[in-house]
Amino acid sequence: MSDLYREQILDHYRTPHNHGTLDPHDATYEDTNPLCGDKIRIDVRIEDNILTEIAFSGRGCAISVASTSILTDLVKGEPLDEIMAFDKEDLLDELGIPISPARVKCALLGLHVLKAGIDQYSREQHPTGNVEQISD
Amino acid sequence: MENLTRAPDVTTLDPIAIRNQFPVLRPDSTGKRVIFLDSAASSQKPDVVLEAMDYYYRNDNANVHRGVYALAERATEAYDRARSSVARFFSVVDEGQIILVRNTTEAINLVAYSWGNANLGPGDLVVTTEMEHHSNLVPWQLATQRTGATMEFISVDEQGQLNLTDLEQHLATGKVKLVAINHVSNMLGTINPVETVVEMAQNAGARILIDGAQGAPHMSINLDALGVDFYACSAHKMCGPMGAGMLYGKREVLEAMPPFLGGGDMIRTVGLRESTWADLPSKFEAGTPSVADAVGFGAACDYLTQVGMQAVAEHEHALTAYAYEQMLELPELVIYGPSVDERAGVISFNIGDVHPHDVASLLDEHAIAVRAGHHCTQPLHAKLDLTASVRASFYIYNSKEDVDHLIDGLRYVRTVFG
Repeated sequence: MSDLYREQILDHYRTPHNHGTLDPHDATYEDTNPLCGDKIRIDVRIEDNILTEIAFSGRGCAISVASTSILTDLVKGEPLDEIMAFDKEDLLDELGIPISPARVKCALLGLHVLKAGIDQYSREQHPTGNVEQISD
Repeated sequence: MENLTRAPDVTTLDPIAIRNQFPVLRPDSTGKRVIFLDSAASSQKPDVVLEAMDYYYRNDNANVHRGVYALAERATEAYDRARSSVARFFSVVDEGQIILVRNTTEAINLVAYSWGNANLGPGDLVVTTEMEHHSNLVPWQLATQRTGATMEFISVDEQGQLNLTDLEQHLATGKVKLVAINHVSNMLGTINPVETVVEMAQNAGARILIDGAQGAPHMSINLDALGVDFYACSAHKMCGPMGAGMLYGKREVLEAMPPFLGGGDMIRTVGLRESTWADLPSKFEAGTPSVADAVGFGAACDYLTQVGMQAVAEHEHALTAYAYEQMLELPELVIYGPSVDERAGVISFNIGDVHPHDVASLLDEHAIAVRAGHHCTQPLHAKLDLTASVRASFYIYNSKEDVDHLIDGLRYVRTVFG
């Protein structure tokens, strides 16, 4: 049995949660893992600074897809400031698998895209105000 | 000094005996060993190379081409002897044509800046191919942007071969100043017909540069006979250290070029406002060179000569055929590139829709090291409609047993993602 590709990871990869796109959406963001060219796009709906709906799409490896799938479950219904404060170590813990340094970028691609999307949204909402920094 | 010239204990190519000369590949105390199938990215280094470099620093180290004391003379001798080994390996008589650089990328950039700035201008064409490594694309993008010249491309056909009719058509315009192609594709494994391309380019009055990063480690190459204008390679893919590489250039071409980097060692006389240049090869070797890396490069060339480049090519071909035939039998496995007889020891592939990184991670669980990604050939992957692929590459220390491990590993990938 693989240490990395446990059943939970493979389940999320085969049937990812919150997979697809949202139309309309309040924020959308897409980014690429330069190592392999994988792309993840995340669409979200936001009400009163609460993330109410989330969907992701794109092409990725099992680790990035499973990690993003798990992430979407965790952040749905959460306030934006708490999502921006979500620590990468917490997501890696949540995955529960030994991620090697070479694969950390895969595991964190979804979180990076989500935070960048919320950051962009916050800047649009408060063009002159202080906004959260991306801390991944 | 014996260390530098000591012959390895190999007379015929026995991959197991060779493997035992490579510290990284020897089994650890628990009997485990890495199945290293990523030599196209960087080869491992044999004891003789490591010992030669260690010997240099322990016994001969001083700055080169400067001191008059005995130690400095030994350092200079070691550096010059390394160049002689490299020249011998490539059957080059005039050692002034061997410029020691850091790697293939630096060699190509040297040509792109020095030759490119002096010889390219608006209306001129630089022809390269769709199967180049980024290191033989990006320098020409920058050079053509600087000079106003234009890039054109030789396309890759369904069999992973270059469409030489494209080259013919470009050359027929009379505007081509340089043809820059790889000797062997690092993704498809295609061995390109460099003799033909050299002849075609030179008949049309164009210069020809060959990126030999994937050619030099794997076959016998006679650069004087090939008659190419420039040939670039890296030591680290041919049993030598990282940080050493070669630019071969024809003497009359190199002499007509302005220097690349300015500084110590590359000058004849220096005034406050102007200077004159040293003779070849020093003209293109500014600053203190990485002497130990050069010594390691020379030792690697001597080592490969001892193994025998004909034997190297035959061994790799047999091993690649052994792997290729078994991989074709695996369900959903797709191999990119030409037939096994037209390729070097490189097999890039995908298994169904399993992501290459997942394939590589699963193989890594079985201590099998393969490359996953775009292999610095994004345009070629785009042409093949791929984001990434898995690549297994073979070298002198790989055995049929390593291939068997790979095949078992690929079956394991199927069971996990089945």
